[in-house]
Amino acid sequence: MNDSKKDLENKLYTVKYNPDSESHLTPVPESCANCRSKACTFVCPAGVYEWDEENNRLIVNYEDCLECGACRIACEDKSLSWVYPKGTKGVTFKQG
Amino acid sequence: MIEENIEKKDQNHVDVIVVGGGPAGISCAITLARAGKDVVLIERGKFSGSKNVFGGAIYAQPTREIFPNFEKEAPIERKNIEHKYALLGEDDSTVISYKKRHEDPVSYTVIRAKFDRWMAQEAKKEGVVIVEETVVRELIVENECVVGVRTELEDYYCNIVVLADGVNSLLAKQIGLRGDIEPEDVAVSVKEVIKLDKEKINDRFLINDDEGCIYELFGGPMLGMLGLGFIYTNENSISIGLGITLNELVERKIKPYEILDKVKSHPTIAPLIKDGEVIEYSAHLIPEGGFKKVPILYGAGVMVCGDAAMFVNNLHWEGTNLAMISGKLAGETAIIALGREDYSENTLAKYQEKLEESFIMKDLRTYRDLMDVMHDKSEDFLGYYPKKINSFFEMFTSVNGIPKKDLYWKFIKSIFKDRGLSALFSDFTSIIKLLWSILR
Repeated sequence: MNDSKKDLENKLYTVKYNPDSESHLTPVPESCANCRSKACTFVCPAGVYEWDEENNRLIVNYEDCLECGACRIACEDKSLSWVYPKGTKGVTFKQG
Repeated sequence: MIEENIEKKDQNHVDVIVVGGGPAGISCAITLARAGKDVVLIERGKFSGSKNVFGGAIYAQPTREIFPNFEKEAPIERKNIEHKYALLGEDDSTVISYKKRHEDPVSYTVIRAKFDRWMAQEAKKEGVVIVEETVVRELIVENECVVGVRTELEDYYCNIVVLADGVNSLLAKQIGLRGDIEPEDVAVSVKEVIKLDKEKINDRFLINDDEGCIYELFGGPMLGMLGLGFIYTNENSISIGLGITLNELVERKIKPYEILDKVKSHPTIAPLIKDGEVIEYSAHLIPEGGFKKVPILYGAGVMVCGDAAMFVNNLHWEGTNLAMISGKLAGETAIIALGREDYSENTLAKYQEKLEESFIMKDLRTYRDLMDVMHDKSEDFLGYYPKKINSFFEMFTSVNGIPKKDLYWKFIKSIFKDRGLSALFSDFTSIIKLLWSILR
């Protein structure tokens, strides 16, 4: 694991989550395969998205989502389906 | 079946439903409750504030308009007495500071998870019904009029829905009050709250126990980018973060938290947070589109306020105050509409009028051209010039046996060599044009 990824993991370790069993973030696989920028893989403050080169697919670590919405707006063809997690789920900021 | 529906509609019917329990939503709801109206506030988090993030400070005067005694009753961290503007070079910095111990403080640092929660409790005391852990999935529209909200569990009906659902406002988009938000219209903000002893904070920031200091950070690892950093002092912690326009991140392929780590290790910043423990990392979008990107603010049975309405004055770092006052104005408009039993677009247009008369639309209009200039000139105004200012002071403070006149001429020549006469002229004219657009 590289340093940057480790540093991010340490940051996310400070965040309180109650993850849902299903993802609130749903990319469209064909759109992702054709996407040139893959912007979600670097603009996301929680590193939720990783491109899996081998299987040509987007990995979505939705449990880490901070619910900011950057990926939704950065998505090249706006194909990402982005909704808020269910009422009892997702992030709870204790400071904010 | 139809009868059952009508009955349900009656049971679940209130005067106003406010979506979102942040500063805008709470201010709106409490304004209505104080006028004796039935108001339900729906918050998706565990409690108000649990999904909210900001830099650090709320403003005293607008907050008093909603909560006259908040300075005595609310959980406040410190009253801000100093603003420091730090132009960071790659490894040096030039800092300008303004300090005044106002009798009436201008702003206070607060922890949103505590402060918003307190505001919501106050609203509850005044009669607002607060429904937490509930997400409004869509608005119910009948005959082109918003008549209620659909949550995960139930439909609720009302005369007016106020959208205070934050920067992403999926609901304003659903009913066509806004289109897609573009990457140049939001900044991605990342922030860390770093625990530090009170005494250390006081010593490092040269402040007393209840006093706060705000840093605005330009340049450094953000040199040339449309992005700014911030530091706020809380009672026993420091909030440090930054906001960078989303299109900068996309174009430069950079990760926001990597830039934050670089800011934290800048030689001017590192000593301030040394030995602190990160107790929470967070992220949020800041609506930065300004006046030109404000959505349609009302329709039949609906009004939009706060971040959902792009109400942020980014030059002055104001947001929560615009949220609170827009919420209050939406509340006042709803009271008029309820009095007339008329929830048409025509009546709710009063909200727009109130906004236009207030500082909110006036200030947004004043800075309508700011973002265009900044997008156009960020490399220069947030890159070249901060570097140049630092190199001026490096030259001015150097003692190296070179005659001063030679140093001055070398510096002056470097300006024209690095930037060129036409570029300097273009910078100058865009500043003049911007100033004129602000002042006329």
